[in-house]
This record gives sequence, C-alpha cells and structure tokens, in this order.
Amino acid sequence: MSKINFLKPDKTNLSTFLYLGSFLFFISVLDVSLNSFFSYNITGFLPGFLSFLLPLILGFIGLYFIRIELSGNKHLDLLNKNINTNNFNAVLSLLIIFIIIKSIPPILSWFYIDASFAGDSKDVCTGSGACWTYIKVWMRRFMYGMYPNAEQWRINLSFIALALLGSVGYFATDRFKKYLTLYYVVIYPFIAFLFIFFFISGGPVFFDFSYGIIAAILSIIVGFFIPNKFKFYYFLIVPFALYILLKYFIFYEELVELGKLEGLNWVETGAWGGLSLTFIISFFCLIFCFPIGMAFALGRRSGFPLIRYISVGFIEFWRGVPLITVLFMSAVMFPMFLPEDFFIDKLVRAIIAISLFEAAYVAEVIRGGLQALPRGQYEAAKSLGMGYWKMHIFVILPQALKLVIPGIANTFLALVKDTPLIFVVGLLEIVGMLNLAKTNPEWLGFAMEGYVFAAIIFWIICYAMSKYSYNLEQKYKTDR
Amino acid sequence: MNFKLKDIIPQLITVLAVVLVFGFFTYNAQVNMENRGIDFGYGFLSQESSFDVQFSLIEYDGSHSYFRAYLVGLLNTILVSVIGIFFATILGVIVGIARLSPNYLINQFAAFYVEFFRNIPLLLQIFFWYFAALRALPLPQDAEPMFGVTYLTIKGLFVPAFIWQNFNIFFYSVVAAIIAIIVIRTHAKKVQESQGKQTPVLLISVGLILILPLLSFLIGGVRLSFEVPVLKQLATTSFIYEGGVSLPPELIALTLSLSLYTATFIAECVRAGIQGVGKGQKEAAASIGLTPNQVLKLVVMPQALRIIIPPTTNQYLNLTKNSSLAAAIAYPDLVLVFAGTALMQTGKAIEIVSITMFTYLTLSVSISILMNWYNKRIAITEK
Repeated sequence: MSKINFLKPDKTNLSTFLYLGSFLFFISVLDVSLNSFFSYNITGFLPGFLSFLLPLILGFIGLYFIRIELSGNKHLDLLNKNINTNNFNAVLSLLIIFIIIKSIPPILSWFYIDASFAGDSKDVCTGSGACWTYIKVWMRRFMYGMYPNAEQWRINLSFIALALLGSVGYFATDRFKKYLTLYYVVIYPFIAFLFIFFFISGGPVFFDFSYGIIAAILSIIVGFFIPNKFKFYYFLIVPFALYILLKYFIFYEELVELGKLEGLNWVETGAWGGLSLTFIISFFCLIFCFPIGMAFALGRRSGFPLIRYISVGFIEFWRGVPLITVLFMSAVMFPMFLPEDFFIDKLVRAIIAISLFEAAYVAEVIRGGLQALPRGQYEAAKSLGMGYWKMHIFVILPQALKLVIPGIANTFLALVKDTPLIFVVGLLEIVGMLNLAKTNPEWLGFAMEGYVFAAIIFWIICYAMSKYSYNLEQKYKTDR
Repeated sequence: MNFKLKDIIPQLITVLAVVLVFGFFTYNAQVNMENRGIDFGYGFLSQESSFDVQFSLIEYDGSHSYFRAYLVGLLNTILVSVIGIFFATILGVIVGIARLSPNYLINQFAAFYVEFFRNIPLLLQIFFWYFAALRALPLPQDAEPMFGVTYLTIKGLFVPAFIWQNFNIFFYSVVAAIIAIIVIRTHAKKVQESQGKQTPVLLISVGLILILPLLSFLIGGVRLSFEVPVLKQLATTSFIYEGGVSLPPELIALTLSLSLYTATFIAECVRAGIQGVGKGQKEAAASIGLTPNQVLKLVVMPQALRIIIPPTTNQYLNLTKNSSLAAAIAYPDLVLVFAGTALMQTGKAIEIVSITMFTYLTLSVSISILMNWYNKRIAITEK
C-alpha cells in the first residue's frame, strides 16, 4: 500500500478512497433520511448549527474522495461525470438530493397517508392530510358545472362520440387518407358543432348561424369543382346567395323547430361549466383561430398594401392587449355595438373573443414559417404556372405549417391555459367552479385540495399536448 | 392603365367590409346610447371618483378625480410588472443555465421546474398562492420576525422603510457615477482600438459607483434611517403592523406567481440562446488562445444575447399583460380599478374599456417598436 495523500485522491489507492468516500456519502444521506422520515436526529448531540451542516460536510468530503478521473470503474466514472465534476457541482448535487429526501415525507403524507378518501361529508376530514372527500363530493360540479345531474349523460355521450370520430384518422386505410384533411378541417368541426349546439344544449340555439355554416360548407365543397377562372367570383357571390336562399326561401320561420331534437330539455349555456366547458371552449377556439390566423398571416404577406395594413393592424391590436380586457370588451362593450333586439349568447361571445385573440398569435407563428421558406419555393411554384391559391395550398403552406408545429402547439397550449379567464364573462369552468365551491359554508377551508386537483388535471392535459406536438414535429421533420 | 382590375377588387372588397363592419358597430352604438340616455365623452375623467383604493403608490382617496384613479391603477400595474420582471429574469437565467449543466441532477431539477410551472394555468397559480398558500401564514400577532425587523403575515409583508434626508443629492451622485462610467468605458474602448492598451474599466467602475454615493453621505449631508414596523392592536383580536412599508398579500401572490410562471419561459429562451451558438465558435475562440472566461464574454455571450433578447422581451410583455389577472384576486391594478370599479360607477363602457386597451396597446407597441429597431441593429447582415 503506497502513501495516501487525503487531499489528492488518486487511482493508486482507489479502493481505500472508494470505500471511505462511499461510507461518508452514505452516512450523510442516512442522517438526512432518518431526520426526514423518522424525525430522529443522530447528530443531535452536536450544537445546532453544526448538526444542521454536518451531512453536507460529510457528503462533500465523501464526494471529494471518490472524484477520481479515469478510475477504470465504469459506474464510478459515470457517477463522477454526471453529478460530481467539481466541488461546486458536488455541493449542488448534495443539496438537491437532500431537498428531495426532505420533501418526500410531507408531500406523501399530505397526499396519501394522512389524507381522507372515504365518506361524503366534511366530518371525515379530521387528519392533517388532504381531504379528497371534498373532491369526490364535488366531482360532478367540477366536471359538468351546473348542468343538471340527470342530463349529464348527454355531455358524456357527445364527448365519447366526438373522441371516436376524432380518432378516425388512425384507422383510415390508404384509400381514404387523402380525404382526411377535408374531414378534419370541414366535416369533423361541423359534426362537433351539431353535437354541442343541438345535443348538449338541446335547443334551436342560433339556428340563424347554422344556415351560414351550411351555406359556407356547401359552397366550399362545390367550389372544388368550379374552374379556376371563375373561382374568385364564385366565392364572392355564392355563399351569401346560398345563405339568403336557405334562410328566406327554403326554411320558413315555422320550420325553425326543425333544429330541436325531441325529448331533450334545453340547458342554457350559463349552466354549463366545469372541465367539460374547458374542453368545449378550447375545442372551438382551436378550430376557429387556426383558419383566421392563417388568413391574416397570408394577408400580412400579401402584395396588396391595403390588405397588408389591415392585417398588421388586426394582429398588432390583439397581440397588444391582455385577454382579460378582450373578455371585458366582449362582456360590457360588445352588446352596445349590436342592434338592440339582437342577442348573442355569452358563451359564443367568449369563444369569438378568445378565437380572435389567439388567431393573432397563430398568424404571427405562421408568418414565421412563411418567412422561413426559401424564395426558390415560391419561384418554382410560379414557374410551373401555379396561381396564388394553388401555390399556397399545394406548395407553400404544407411546408410552412410543418416548420411551425412547435409554435402552433405552444399557442394552443396557451389557449387551453387561458380558458379559466372566462370567469370575466360569468362562465365558470373548472377553476371558476373551484372558487365557487371554496365559498360554500359547508366546505370551507379546502382551497388547497381543489387547486391541487385542478393543477394536476391541467398539467396532464398540457404536458400530453406538448409531448404530442414534439412527436408530430419529429414525424414531419424533413431534411433540407 | 397600369392598374389591373383583379388587383384592385380584392382590396376594395376588404376595405369595404372593414368599413361596413365598423360603420355597423358605430351606428348601433349610437342608437343604443341614445336609447339608454348615455352620452359619449371623456369628461368624466375630471369628475370626483368617490371610491377608495386599497393600495396606492400615490396619494389617493375618494375626493380625487377618475383620472387620478386611472394613474393609481397604471402605477400599480407597472409596479407589479417591474418586480415580476426583475425576479423572473434572475430565476429564468439561473434555471436556463442550470438546464445546460453537465450535472444530471441539476439539469433534471431545472427541467422539472420548467415542465411543472409552465403547464399549469397562470390564473390557477395565482389563486393557489393567494387563497391556499398565503392563507397558511401566521396572524400578525403570532408572526416571527425575519432578520429581526421584517414580518411575513397573513395580512402582508411588513418591511422597514428607508427615510432619506437630502435624497436628491444621493440620487444625483449615483447618476453622476453612471455617466462617468459610460464616458470612461467609451474612452477605454477607443484607447484600446487605437493603441491596444487595456484600461482596468471594471475596477474604475466599481470604485466610482461606491465612492461617489459614499461621498454624498460624508459631504453632501445625506442621512439614511429606518422606520421599523411595530405591532399595533386595533381590537381585542385584531392586530396590524404600523410604520415601515407594507406589501399587501395580493401583491406578493401576484409577483410570486408571475415570476415563477414567466421564469420558465425565460429559462427556455436562455437555453435556446446559449445552445444556438455553434460549437465551432467556442472551439475557434479557444484555438486562438482565449481563456474560457474570455470565450464566454467575448464570443458566446454576444451571439447568445442576440438570440435571447427578442423572445425575452416578448416574455416581459406577456408578463405585463398577464399582470391584468390581478383583477381576479382584487389587487388594484389598471383593470380592477379602472375597467372594474370606475366602469361600474360611471357606466361608460366604451370609453373606459377603450382607454384601458389603448394603454396596454401603447405599452406593447412602443416596446415592439423598440425591439424591432434593436433587432435590426444587431442582426447579422447576410448577403
């Protein structure tokens, strides 16, 4: 055994240093663990200050001893490379290990060990832990808001149906793959609209509006078969003509009841709420903000100066104001701008406001993608004799949208996270319901449980979305 | 004629549509206001407001005008934004660098922080801190002092106040020091470029910023004393601290959640910026004999900052706009004081919402103009 210099660990005395260092490190972790899990302080005999710092000092010396470069031991090298490169890193690693050990017991006991799950009244919540009974009792309210209990199957059924219809893309065979875009962009949103406005709401809400939608969709589908030369004028005239035709000549006022499904009670939107409302709002805003944003992104890069200025004005206006003031506007100012006998439901107003707001962000993201495309793409498309729309639909947008998947995903995430703000217009989704439940005199003092519950739900949704967007990004990545 | 019909028609139609929509709205607004007997105008701004605000940076009570109430709200918004930006930047830079650390534990910890806080809605975080976490704090009479003079209680944070004498002299001395440092820096740069001599700029700067204010204390007659918060009994069970500066719990909850939330985004900007500097740059710098510190200071940071600053300013803007969520926990910011209380009292929806939006718009547009100018200045000009 050669001479040992404890200030300079080296390879010649590897095992000595390894045993000594590991032992010290083990002692320090053991001390903290005992302290944390069993509240037993083995270094209690020392003065308070030293007893507090001792594990850190011991662990630091231990890590110093085992920091031997190229020791030949694979595991040791890996450890050194990852958490023990120098003194500073060693201290930080130790601190993080200690923080983790220290924070496990209180969190675990609050969440599970001391928490109460059983029962259905406040009396069972006597422990120091969380009162999950509260969540259990209020679950229906958190999920469906004030929607009548007996009618909640309508929401469930609609959501299950829409989820199934939405997953069609996974099962489509190659033969049908080319229709998927049309399906997801036009047909699926339309079906979702029908489900929500006629099934969940259960009444002829906004039938006027649905004429417009039918007119638009019909004219778009027919528009595919119109020769290019007339397309422009076709889209100028036909949708409006169709709308007027539908409204005044085909469906008479007496037939408005057509839109009502028999046997379903009408549930006004004020009663909607909870997590299902979060989904409904996110879904519709997502559908609406994308095409609007795309239109303004193209408008901002258009060659027509007037269209460009209008687009810039629109985008900068919405990006410059906070969403809460936009919702304020939709709540107090917007009704002033409408004819007196004209009433728009507040849910629809909120959806319009959020869609316009997020559309401005989507527009900027898409503009980034459009700018990132090399000029050659535009020139090549033009040289093939493609017009503006053909060039954008078949050459530019597919590439640009692929580039901006992460940005769009971030905007959609922001949209989902912004939905709680609709409390401004008096709609209560899950966070709003929590605040309502919190003030119930029978269930005072469980704010923490409610917020943690909502945080977990939102976290799962948002994290899943961000992971999914990452997968999409990898899938559509093309080498340039 | 050079004009083509096909070029003009789309523009005309768009403009016509926009004009029609606006005209429709204005016409309806006029009709509606006439019917309800409301008149349009900004004259109410000089009227007496007759409502009180909980927390205000300037002197304000019910006898002041609505314009003064607007100023109170605006200043409160700016206060929350500035504090939030300050802490978010510090935290964001630390976390961003930590995410690039070779230490596995540290970068995982930083990643956990980022993934955790940015996937939870900000409003929920604000509610959590305000209604759940800060409600667990002790009552004023039970609070333990931190550092002997600061009290964190359920009614807010109470810190000692600075009481200055001849504050203006101190202020001028600091300004003078900063100007002197700028002059010396530019001069030193010129000297280095023309003669190759290096001046110890850092040493001189530190000296100046310490010595000049110190002189103002010794010669200028500047005096500084503290006013310590003292517990005072209001009723048998109700206590409050008097004296010093009190920060309401709304402000604490708001700044805490705003900084924790925005820091995650700033951290990602910082990480992207540092990763965006090519490896070759560092290797090239090292190969011409620069020390690691010089590599960081002269090669990596200038290039990384070019990538970091634009998105980070965007985040600052977002933070400022997000501070309007204050209305949800009754912190008297612009939205709550002006678009909330003042709107309720006057009923002037169009005027007040438009002023509020215009204020935020001015703030954002001026910052984006500044940013665009900066971006153009530092952008690499490529052929």
